[in-house]
Amino acid sequence: MADRSAAAIGNYATQAWAVAAAEIQKLRHDPLELVTRASQPVLWLVLFGEVMARVRGVSPGNIPYLDFLAAGILAQSVLFVAIFYGISAIWERDLGVLQRYLASPAPRSALVLGKAVSAGVRALSQALVVYLLAIALGVDIDFAPANIAGVITVIVLGSAMFSTFSLIIACAVKTRERFMGIGQVLTMPIFFASNAIYPLALMPAWLRAVSHFNPLTYEVDALRSLMLVGPVSDYGLLSDFGVLLGITAALIVVAARMYARMGY
Amino acid sequence: MPDDGKRATVDIRELTRRFGDRAVVDHVNLAVDEGEIFGLIGPNGAGKSTLIKMLTTLLPPSSGTAVVAGYDIARQPSEVRRNIGYVPQLLSADGSLTGYENMLLSARLYGVPHGERAARIARALARMGLSEAADHLVGHYSGGMIRRLEIAQSLMHRPKVLFLDEPTVGLDPGAREAVWEHVLDLRHSFHTTMIVTSHHMDEINQYCDRIALIDLGRIAAVGSPAELKAKAGPDATLDDVFIQLVGAKADSEAEGRYGDVMRARRSEREHG
Repeated sequence: MADRSAAAIGNYATQAWAVAAAEIQKLRHDPLELVTRASQPVLWLVLFGEVMARVRGVSPGNIPYLDFLAAGILAQSVLFVAIFYGISAIWERDLGVLQRYLASPAPRSALVLGKAVSAGVRALSQALVVYLLAIALGVDIDFAPANIAGVITVIVLGSAMFSTFSLIIACAVKTRERFMGIGQVLTMPIFFASNAIYPLALMPAWLRAVSHFNPLTYEVDALRSLMLVGPVSDYGLLSDFGVLLGITAALIVVAARMYARMGY
Repeated sequence: MPDDGKRATVDIRELTRRFGDRAVVDHVNLAVDEGEIFGLIGPNGAGKSTLIKMLTTLLPPSSGTAVVAGYDIARQPSEVRRNIGYVPQLLSADGSLTGYENMLLSARLYGVPHGERAARIARALARMGLSEAADHLVGHYSGGMIRRLEIAQSLMHRPKVLFLDEPTVGLDPGAREAVWEHVLDLRHSFHTTMIVTSHHMDEINQYCDRIALIDLGRIAAVGSPAELKAKAGPDATLDDVFIQLVGAKADSEAEGRYGDVMRARRSEREHG
């Protein structure tokens, strides 16, 4: 019995990995995509960051604004890539690749989990760019191995979360045009109603209340305390991880049900 | 398990799918025997694709059911999926992966044991004449090669039933013949049951043991190509059978809409 359930788990992991591995192989064949995506964090840190750092009051006290911003931009660059990830599912549906996935015996949640993991791996390349840039700009980064491992975990988790959210939208709208419209509409509120580019203390009370329901806030909170020397987490790392893990798991369950219907 | 004496590998009973109040597949009954190459023909929008989607468990039936490879499509969909192969009409091989990587993806999804993967992939690629192209990106394959790869991908787990939806769409005559030769070879080697749709009546006539003509979601006729032709009259061809039973009317609406036409043509272009 134990052997059988171990085999079942192994099989599930292999099926999820099948999807993730295919996505990673695609990146290896065409790495240019990753390079072009790296330009956005550069603009935010170098242009926006340098100017905003001169605004009095925006800095959160104990650390320079650029340091504060670096963690926010790391989360943002991951969000912006992940939130449009669902379009690949629409693309695969139009082609027929999706039908092949769905006709296989792999549980739908394994397929969705595989997609989420591949989005996470994709996001790590973004993180590398932000790290290199932050080092060049003199941001005080904490290089302790535990912190680096923590940052990697948060990035993979955050990316898995938002990419699965994106997949749910894709399953709901089913066409590229509608999806792009909704993706654009969602990105900005998620980004601005969070602690990514300014401290929550600066927000009007109602927006601060909204931001507490925004998972990006917890992702940024965790990244900021793990990535930098100095800041401590506002909510506690355990709650940050709990929120990210819980929401990701719930989204995967929902996405698995909707993904199955995408083949209709 | 099918309970009647003779073992049908695919046993369809009163299978129905409604979209709104329109029955796209309407109380279909059909039995396909083990090792048969069974053709589904009919005009666009007749319900062929919807029928195949239900048999491959991509779409749940509204009522009725079918037993495929010994399992009920409504109650045991994952068992059904384990025992069938499906080559969709659309382009299901991934153009940004190599042939080998596509095969590896399928091997993993279908639970081919780790130690056997490399050998089975190599054998399946060799069988389909793709060994030399294994490490090339599928985006550079010809239409016929892509189809053969897709068939190879759907064979890795040795399915009992293989569904081929328009396997020769957009292929030139040479490539079409090559695909059919491989299909016949599979039946010969593994006794695989195959359900094939096609618009090429000459192919259906030449390669299928039996066919069902579907129109407006119902089965208009079933039999061997010879039987159906004999009923239609002396010297009748399958085209005559088709036109007699269906009429030369325009496409019906459901599956012939813009989106489907666009996808079919794109798929045709990318395969061809």
